[in-house]
Amino acid sequence: MKHLKNVATLKLDQEACTGCGLCVAVCPHEVFAIADNKAHIIDLDACMECGACAGNCPVTALSVKTGVGCASGILNGIFNGSGECSCDKGGCA
Amino acid sequence: MGNRGELWEKRGSNQRHLSLTYPWDRFAIRGIPFITTLRKRYERLLLQKNCAPKREPWMTGETETPVGNVPTVGTILTSRDRRGALKVRFAIGRHDYTVDPGLYAIGSPTPASPVFVSANYKLSFDYLRCALDDTDGWVLVLDTQGINVWCAAGKGTFGTEEIVNRVSKTQLDQIVSHRKLIVPQLGTPGVSATEVAKQSGFRVLYGPVRAEDLPAFLAANFKATPAMRRVRFTLRDRIDVIPVELIIWFKQALGLAIALALLGGISRNGLSVDGTPRAFGLVFIGWLTGGAIVPMLLPRIPGRSFALKGLWAGLVLWAVLGTAKLMGPTNLIEGGWGLMLMAIVSFMALNFTGTSTYTSMSGVKKEMKIAIPLQLIAAIAGTLCIVLGGLK
Repeated sequence: MKHLKNVATLKLDQEACTGCGLCVAVCPHEVFAIADNKAHIIDLDACMECGACAGNCPVTALSVKTGVGCASGILNGIFNGSGECSCDKGGCA
Repeated sequence: MGNRGELWEKRGSNQRHLSLTYPWDRFAIRGIPFITTLRKRYERLLLQKNCAPKREPWMTGETETPVGNVPTVGTILTSRDRRGALKVRFAIGRHDYTVDPGLYAIGSPTPASPVFVSANYKLSFDYLRCALDDTDGWVLVLDTQGINVWCAAGKGTFGTEEIVNRVSKTQLDQIVSHRKLIVPQLGTPGVSATEVAKQSGFRVLYGPVRAEDLPAFLAANFKATPAMRRVRFTLRDRIDVIPVELIIWFKQALGLAIALALLGGISRNGLSVDGTPRAFGLVFIGWLTGGAIVPMLLPRIPGRSFALKGLWAGLVLWAVLGTAKLMGPTNLIEGGWGLMLMAIVSFMALNFTGTSTYTSMSGVKKEMKIAIPLQLIAAIAGTLCIVLGGLK
């Protein structure tokens, strides 16, 4: 199952990448693969912008605009100014 | 919450999980309020005095450590735990289903046993301890304000700061001889392994997504296979989360049904109730289709956009119910309800993005920019048709 095409804000700076493979380890959707000692984005559309890769990358070669892919959360954000999910506590997944 | 009082009442199948009983417990006769009150008072006193961990039915005893006793927890879920899980799946008491943050022992752990990090949402904690049957280990429960690992990681409450804080509060460095923490894969958005190592001296090992894969992860010397790291969203997973979604929107659906029954009931001869069953029935069907049928059939419905999937389902409903002449006596009313159904089902389906495990914020925002205005237009046009149809 995949969501919309070409929308994820995930960016990889291959120059900075050391190929440590931590992004492969933390990604819940197998977006990355290591080849020739560098990380590669092999499935951008699978990215859900959780930010695990960017937060763990030791050389900050990854950037992504993180957020929760939740319609009611986004609506709440617009109307209440909070980005919280309506299914807030213990919900969401 | 409430659990403490209930502790004294429980007898029966799960008694083996209850070695924490007082000698005079045998005199506890259910239904004598005086005794119950006394017990509750006594326990509250005990809690204040010794700051002893809150006794819970799922604790089986205590494990000694160099810095004091740690509660030992059972690994077999009792009927009470299963009832609790079912309740929160139906959105009952979901916000207070918590475990006290801190350190817990599983089996008979030694200083060399692994440490598993979890959230203080009891459902998460239960999955973990249940998976660790036959394992000796420590569970470090973070204070995530009763929220599951993934959502808490997204908010940062399950994160670097709280791990460092909890490791120091529990004096974990004096309890275990190694310096490793097993953090669930879904906790990664909130955790920076390098920062945890820098601030606490503990090395973070990212474990599998699902607690049930932990024994295999341990057997493979702390290596998670790609399959263990992948988030799935199976039919079973989707069915588990559907009730909460339906219940969250039930009030709105009921309100909409009442409003549409009233608006559609206005006729030249005053208020008519002819269309009332139709209004309630159709709104209910739309709510159920968007909240349960579309999520269940999610991979089978064409399109990647959730709102679009909902739109198709709404159209199918219109075709089926329209053919069966269940959507109103005139074309105007039928068309009105058709638009309304599409709006309801599409909106409910769009909301399932938050429950799903694979949507990104950019993706959902893009969907919403197109879907929300169209859904609003369909709903307003539908309402107008229903009202005009009733006046004719």
